[in-house]
Amino acid sequence: MTRFLLRKAVGMIGVLFALTLVVYAAFYLAPGDPAQLACGEKCSPAQVLQVRERLGLDAPVHLQYARFLQGLVAGRDFSAGTGLLHCPAPCLGVSYRSGEQVSDMIAARLPVTASLAFGAMVIWLVLGVGTGLLSALRRGRLSERLLTALTLTGTAVPVFVIGLVLLIVLCAQLQWLPFPSYVPLTEDPQQWFWGLLLPWFSLALIESAKYARLTRSAMLETLAEDHIRTFRAYGVSERHLVTRHALRGALTPVIALTAMDLGTLFGSAVLTESLFGLPGLGKLLVSSVSLIDLPTVVGLVLVTGFCVVLANIVADLLYAVTDRRVVLG
Amino acid sequence: MAPQEPTAGEARAAAPAAGRRQVWRRLLARRTARAAGLVIALLLLIAVAAPLLSAIEGQDPTSYHNDLLDSAAGGVPTGSLGGVSADHWLGVEPGTGRDVFARLVHGARLSLLVAVGATVVQVTIGVLLGLAAGLGSRLLDQLIGNTTEVMLALPSLVFAISLMAVVPADFPRPLLLTLVIGLLGWAGTSRLVRAQTLSLRQLDYVAAARLAGAGRWRIARRELLPALAAPVITYAAILLPSNVVSEAGLSFLGVGVKPPTSSWGQMLSGATTWFRADPMYVLLPSAVLFATVLAFTVLGDAVRTELDPRAASRLRVGAARQAAASPTGPPTGPSVGLPVGLPADEEATA
Repeated sequence: MTRFLLRKAVGMIGVLFALTLVVYAAFYLAPGDPAQLACGEKCSPAQVLQVRERLGLDAPVHLQYARFLQGLVAGRDFSAGTGLLHCPAPCLGVSYRSGEQVSDMIAARLPVTASLAFGAMVIWLVLGVGTGLLSALRRGRLSERLLTALTLTGTAVPVFVIGLVLLIVLCAQLQWLPFPSYVPLTEDPQQWFWGLLLPWFSLALIESAKYARLTRSAMLETLAEDHIRTFRAYGVSERHLVTRHALRGALTPVIALTAMDLGTLFGSAVLTESLFGLPGLGKLLVSSVSLIDLPTVVGLVLVTGFCVVLANIVADLLYAVTDRRVVLG
Repeated sequence: MAPQEPTAGEARAAAPAAGRRQVWRRLLARRTARAAGLVIALLLLIAVAAPLLSAIEGQDPTSYHNDLLDSAAGGVPTGSLGGVSADHWLGVEPGTGRDVFARLVHGARLSLLVAVGATVVQVTIGVLLGLAAGLGSRLLDQLIGNTTEVMLALPSLVFAISLMAVVPADFPRPLLLTLVIGLLGWAGTSRLVRAQTLSLRQLDYVAAARLAGAGRWRIARRELLPALAAPVITYAAILLPSNVVSEAGLSFLGVGVKPPTSSWGQMLSGATTWFRADPMYVLLPSAVLFATVLAFTVLGDAVRTELDPRAASRLRVGAARQAAASPTGPPTGPSVGLPVGLPADEEATA
């Protein structure tokens, strides 16, 4: 176990390192002058030069990269106007645009994306696993066809299409739901819930199809296993069989997939956030990309990449926890 | 957990199910596949004939028609259903007055071009790297394996957005879209091909070729590639619809093609501001995009059933347990947002 975690951690650091390298290389080749952008349009060449120096943009790119890595591990100082701005490790740098610390900017947006992701997860698990179990237990042509149709449709609808359609129907036409907005959970739980309900459903409807199919096939597969057959031969009731014995095996892949999907969602909620105007990580990314705000983009890639890699490790661990036959090595 | 070594059973499953003509015949025998094929054929026709179609209508996708807009209402098209008329079959765009029909058919062109192009890029890179990893030295295998690992961990949508934004504006956008989607999405194919190669190379007929003195390149080309065709085509059929969504998604976010080039995703992003005043303008690109992706998905599903009956029946009845016990399958792509990396497919996790 420890060896497994250690090996995974080393691999994770390697992957994240490679990520920073690729983003840095890509953005170094980018057109546009960050110093000019940071300074504003009315800046004189002398002022731009000053800004460039202050942001450390006059240094060769490998030095800039080295400083970035140093900040990540040990923290670094920035000169900000009059005094020094200390950025403690892990320091993702300071936005060229607003002068804010990137880690603060990301931390401010994280609750939005997290709310979106976890809320959607609850709904897709309830919908997906529920439908999957039902159709596995009541096998028949109709349920199978329905599920196949649902799954195919689910994979075929992009979130911005289903979201838009739901927005028109539920918010604009029927006025059953308020237009989505984000109110922090700590401020007003009720508004938080209602404001996010539509985004949650848009995301979850699409996801749940996948989960229904996975749950169904995993359940059928578990029910066909030897130990279940033995239980059945002993006269264990079908209901008991399913809830006590088969469910555990059937849910193993579902749990692992959930962990993985949650991790990816932090990077891929961009579309949902843009559509509904939720101020999460994705919104921050789109805006900082258009402003060529390198530190923010690098920071976001790192953080979302971290989520994906971490989710993979968690998924592996959950597999081992829920299915004793899996050996971590 | 190291990637699970494929068993001989998987290799058997990978061998082509039947002759090409038989597969075609059986595909055509499926009603859903036939319908999907018909839709795709129609789309291809529309895409190819886009300029002709808009010429028949007497419009083009880029001219503004301010006279058709109600400036008092903020630029909503005059007339019913978003300004449908004999001149403008599907109405005009709110705000600009560009012809919706012309923009939709030209959008089909872009969508298919980018999606097919990206799939070709993904499959080419994936097959080459997968073969190299499966046949090459251990060092090469390790190197390619690590790169694949990084590619899979890449938050692909985040990355695609960043890349689209940093490339100079004078670089042709459709080509850029193709390259970005293609270059970010080959990891799954490469992994699949490597695993298949590793199991195929242990089969007798490959060993026989080796003993007969065939070199690596010849073995790859003459012995392995034909056997790899079925799984790779199956996988490509899953990648294609997800690439359609990727293109639409990037254009939706405003980093894809730039106006005046038209794209369905871009129309949808415009629609977010107009959906109250002009619902037609939302529904049309939505419906077209949905139909396209659905048709490709259904066809992909049918192709999989025909080319890989074992895997397909496993999906229905329940997979072999050892496959499910291995969590090392590639992580599924962010299907919610944008499956640039990998298509959402339960096989990838099962």
